[in-house]
Amino acid sequence: MAAVFQRPKSLVDISTHYCPGCTHGIIHRILCEVIDEMGIEGDTIGVCPVGCSVMAYDYFSCDMIEAPHGRAPAVATGAKRANPDKFVFTYQGDGDLAAIGTAETVHSATRGENIVVIFVNNGTYGMTGGQMAPTTLPGQITQTTPFGRDPKVQGYPVRVCEMLSTLDGVALAQRVSVDTVPHIREAKKAIRKAFENQKDKKGFSIVEVLSTCPTNWGLSPAAAIERLQNECIPYYPLGVFKDKEAGNND
Amino acid sequence: MERNLMKGNEALAEAAIRAGCKCFFGYPITPQTEISAYLAKKMAKAGGVFLQAESEIAAINMVLGASSTGVRVMTSSSSPGISLKAEGISYIAGSDLPCVIINVQRGGPGLGGIQPSQADYWQATRAMGHGDFQILVFAPCSVQEMVDMVTKAFDLADKYRMPAMILADGLLGQMMEPVSFPEISPVPVEKPWAADGHKGERKHNIINSLYLQADQLESKVRERFERYDIIKQNEAEAELYLTDDADIIVTAYGATARVAKSAVNMAREQGIKAGLLRPKTLWPFPSKHFIEAAKTASNFLCVEMSMGQMIDDVKLSISCSKPVSFFGRTGGVIPKPAEILEEIKKLSK
Repeated sequence: MAAVFQRPKSLVDISTHYCPGCTHGIIHRILCEVIDEMGIEGDTIGVCPVGCSVMAYDYFSCDMIEAPHGRAPAVATGAKRANPDKFVFTYQGDGDLAAIGTAETVHSATRGENIVVIFVNNGTYGMTGGQMAPTTLPGQITQTTPFGRDPKVQGYPVRVCEMLSTLDGVALAQRVSVDTVPHIREAKKAIRKAFENQKDKKGFSIVEVLSTCPTNWGLSPAAAIERLQNECIPYYPLGVFKDKEAGNND
Repeated sequence: MERNLMKGNEALAEAAIRAGCKCFFGYPITPQTEISAYLAKKMAKAGGVFLQAESEIAAINMVLGASSTGVRVMTSSSSPGISLKAEGISYIAGSDLPCVIINVQRGGPGLGGIQPSQADYWQATRAMGHGDFQILVFAPCSVQEMVDMVTKAFDLADKYRMPAMILADGLLGQMMEPVSFPEISPVPVEKPWAADGHKGERKHNIINSLYLQADQLESKVRERFERYDIIKQNEAEAELYLTDDADIIVTAYGATARVAKSAVNMAREQGIKAGLLRPKTLWPFPSKHFIEAAKTASNFLCVEMSMGQMIDDVKLSISCSKPVSFFGRTGGVIPKPAEILEEIKKLSK
């Protein structure tokens, strides 16, 4: 009998530590499907952040480096510059990428580092128990915004893809979601494009994946998906914000 | 062997290329900037990578990334910049990665000044970041030693899988001296642990400093400290100058040791039995030379461009069995031979 669906080879067959209903599992899977389809597992170096995906080095079967908080793009820069023929990607959350690591993100992007950044945006610090992230929505209740995020006090969320799309070094800045099957397929296509960009030495490619955190949002997995659709996607519109190849920079 | 007249910083940079350094990541800061400037010109020609980072923090993390893949890599800074690198250095040590870090010290704390200083001794030998770890610390006192020690730093960093620091100062970095580059052809070190793409030929390598199980973390730290014990046994080095019959042992490292040597010579001319014990490695500290000297000397005089930091290691080495006095200038003031001679004379009375 032919297997029509199986675990990607580059996704290690062990239990993960992610909470039930979290979308990291889907994102891990489509990333590994891309790595398998391109046949690049043995030539890929992944960089983990500090955050929920800190232990992703156990889940991806390519060589892995665990970076200090926010520094993944700098670590990836070092690995890629030393090994221009290898594929290098980072896998980062919103606190890591858009707060403590903002400088590393912006400067690796503007240098056009030939790397792939997978940016998982769920609007909260999941690992530490649900504090306000740079991408927490106005009004959103978190451990450190117990009365809701008030832009007058805590400022506004960062729209990362829009911000980075202004930089000449960016080859691809695309926001996707994993709330529906069509969106998951779209997300996988974007990740594939990011890796193809790296293969073609086009520069910095970031794929922002809107994600859920049922545990810290205090919602069931199904209700969390609904919130993502009703509140997050309207604030963070899906789409391509920069695609050097297509000349698209809207 | 060919002799060249070179600035300390530039000689060090040239020596790094010759030692097989493939990547350099740095950020501008006085008084070490010539290292970056030299490598910006030469690195690409030598087949390596030079990249100016957006910050000291990014630079040390680029070092982490490159080192993870097994290449020889270096960064360079001066005191305030080294403080910014501390986080990354802790991660590099915790991930058992080799690298070379240059600190051309300037006065502190804070922005301090840009004149030579030795006020980062404690930072380098005690507290180079959070957690239980040490780094190798070399203390050159001439442009030639800037060259020789950077080569050694790369070798020992690879051998023991840990960061190595050249703790220089603004005087050594900026002064010019004749220097020769020994013929070396770096032998590629096997790094089976490197995360450089497994090619499907081995299990994936993971470069990591996270151990959530307390007993696992403890055993990692203990393994590292067993390595440190071997290093303490084998790698501590010092220069002994007229110490055999010395009654007063002057001890100093780096640029200060040059001034101290002049003072020792002046003391000898006046019939005072003074000698110089100059640590060439600050970690591991050459304690056995101090223990040996304490058997015959009656006094120690520690001279530093700080308010007194290495003196702690001198006292610990000899278990305070002999008096250790101190003379220091700080904030970028270089001690004069006559000032040190005065201190020696006080002890000889």
